[in-house]
Amino acid sequence: MLTQPHGSASILVALMLAASAAVATAQGVAFVSSEKDHAISVVDLKAQALLGSVATCKRPRHMQLSVDGKQLWVACSESNQADMIDVATRKSARRISLGEDPEVFDLSIDGKTLYVSQEDDATLIFVDAANGKTLKSIEVGKEPEGVKTSVDGKTVYVTSEVANMVHVVDVASATLLKNIKVGKRPRRFAMTPDGKQLWVTNELDASVSIIDTGSRAVVGTLQFEIKGARAADITPVGIVMSRDGTRAFVGLGRANHVAFVDVAQRKVTHTVLVGKRAWGLALDHAEKTLLVVNGLSDDLSFVDVAQAKATKTIKVGRVPHSVVIVE
Amino acid sequence: MKLIALLLALAAWPAEAATFKLSLLLPMDDPRLERGRLERAAVGQPGGSAADGLKAGLAEGRFELDAAGHKFELEVLEIGNAAAAKAAALEAERAGAAVIVADLPAPWLLAAADATKLPLLNIGAAADSLRQSDCRRNLWHVLPSERMRSDALAQYLAARRWQQVLLLTGPNDVERAATAQASIRRHGLKLVASRPFKLSADPRDREFANPLLLTQGSYDVVWVVDSDGEFAVGLPYRAALPRPVVGDAGLVAVAWSPRFERFGAPQLSRRFAKAAARPMAPYDWAAWMAGKLVVAAAVAPGVQSPAALAQGLSSSQVDGSKGVSLSLRPWDGQLRQPMLLSDGIAVVATAPQEGVLHPKDALDTLGADAPEKLCKARL
Repeated sequence: MLTQPHGSASILVALMLAASAAVATAQGVAFVSSEKDHAISVVDLKAQALLGSVATCKRPRHMQLSVDGKQLWVACSESNQADMIDVATRKSARRISLGEDPEVFDLSIDGKTLYVSQEDDATLIFVDAANGKTLKSIEVGKEPEGVKTSVDGKTVYVTSEVANMVHVVDVASATLLKNIKVGKRPRRFAMTPDGKQLWVTNELDASVSIIDTGSRAVVGTLQFEIKGARAADITPVGIVMSRDGTRAFVGLGRANHVAFVDVAQRKVTHTVLVGKRAWGLALDHAEKTLLVVNGLSDDLSFVDVAQAKATKTIKVGRVPHSVVIVE
Repeated sequence: MKLIALLLALAAWPAEAATFKLSLLLPMDDPRLERGRLERAAVGQPGGSAADGLKAGLAEGRFELDAAGHKFELEVLEIGNAAAAKAAALEAERAGAAVIVADLPAPWLLAAADATKLPLLNIGAAADSLRQSDCRRNLWHVLPSERMRSDALAQYLAARRWQQVLLLTGPNDVERAATAQASIRRHGLKLVASRPFKLSADPRDREFANPLLLTQGSYDVVWVVDSDGEFAVGLPYRAALPRPVVGDAGLVAVAWSPRFERFGAPQLSRRFAKAAARPMAPYDWAAWMAGKLVVAAAVAPGVQSPAALAQGLSSSQVDGSKGVSLSLRPWDGQLRQPMLLSDGIAVVATAPQEGVLHPKDALDTLGADAPEKLCKARL
């Protein structure tokens, strides 16, 4: 899942830096974490080709850009670390510890704190981005996964795959405010830009639960269907929204498709065939191209959004997990 | 009958909280848990007390139970015979239990099931008869049946086109061997020979005891049926031909393997290993799953009484960390589930095999399907 970084002026600077450092033909790159290679594949967006890879810590999974856009944070589940990769040089700048078996994380608005789900300990921890110190630890349901900071930064949401819940965590007091029951095996989040709706994918219910962040209640459920596929084979995980919040894109896992969703109507408009176990997603800045990570076919699909069609698929590392675009 | 432990699971906050009682019946002096067998640790054999898995499954329900305002009280009883099983079931019903979870041999299980109206979750007996001729309306099976295991294996052999099967059967496994033969037939495999084996060093028995003599002939695989395991674990690499062994050694169809890498399985295996200080065996998964099933039934909307919980059990949809939602088949009470094929080192494949088709649910290609109408009590 890709989160839009906060603060657009600083991003511009970062983008320019990134562009100037990249090879001449590249207008942008995508970073794809590869769980079994302990590396991040770097993909040239224009050429739609693999440029190379960046070595990182063990079992890299979720990635996010830093608030200033200059660094790529990578959570490594096996080495219990976060790697901070300099986007311009594409080298590891520093590493901090990140609890035990970190999987997915989000940043505080000021970028000083990482909120990290700890699969094994069943906790959400607050980590000081400067030194890797665990500041707070909150017990949540087993196998926590998706983490999302609210638009005002005061609340953090985390899913528990086992408890089938979204936990609402108050940042100031580091306590649980509410547990919202959603569908089975909730995985990842997307937030509407106004911060009013939180969408969460339910892997074993072939659905997305839509949470009203004001009332902290589920106000809708979007069910996915693919012609010729049974509900059991539709396992949504990755989700990303367009910047204006009108469209959502959901990776349907074993169904090997991505669904395009009209957010206001809560309706699927298109489904696009991609590779095996489509999970991680990212939209380019123009929102013309959607990148889809196919975890079980070790490749990355380029989807033309206007045509709703996969145009190219390229090989990346072994068991790719997440994708982040830097333009 | 011996009362071992009373576990108070997990506090809840609302005042109108319901407390559900759960009884776990275990066999006294369980021969499957004798030291020699535990040390042999054959794939597919129990690794320890079923209480470990059940407690883990209940503990995982904490947040959901809190939200619903419920808690569970678990009573663990060791049973010495069928009469004691019957008495324990009666006592559980009298004490207001919602569900009985049983890791008992088939005859004791039936004695308990016949003594009560309470639902029984079977986590220890794989016999097909319990799902067919001896089925009961209140008996539900979390552990996969023998037929599910042999169907899973046969699907794999068919997919690999390892079609010529040599079957070796132990002295106490006539029923299981018949199940294996039925799976072999159903999947279009060919039984080239079926031979009994025995554990013996007597030269006069060598025809039945010597792996080299037992495996003469021509075949693609040796399928060994040996619920004890001592003969089976010594069979791979000792056959006359360089052919794989499947069944109760070599490649084994199991409900769970601690080596399973997908669908969050490593997290579950790690949690269990942390709590129980041993790897999660297939029987542990079934016990854990029983806990998940009762929690799912308890947190369903509007469930306040043990009777409502019991009723809801049959429609529970649960996540067993095997990648799909699992539910109980109405026609024989069996939990439908994917099977893992493992040699104890890796999970080699899962069943249903990719490409295996079924009009409703591919999981129903494993075990008895509805149109067979094998459980009359549930028709």
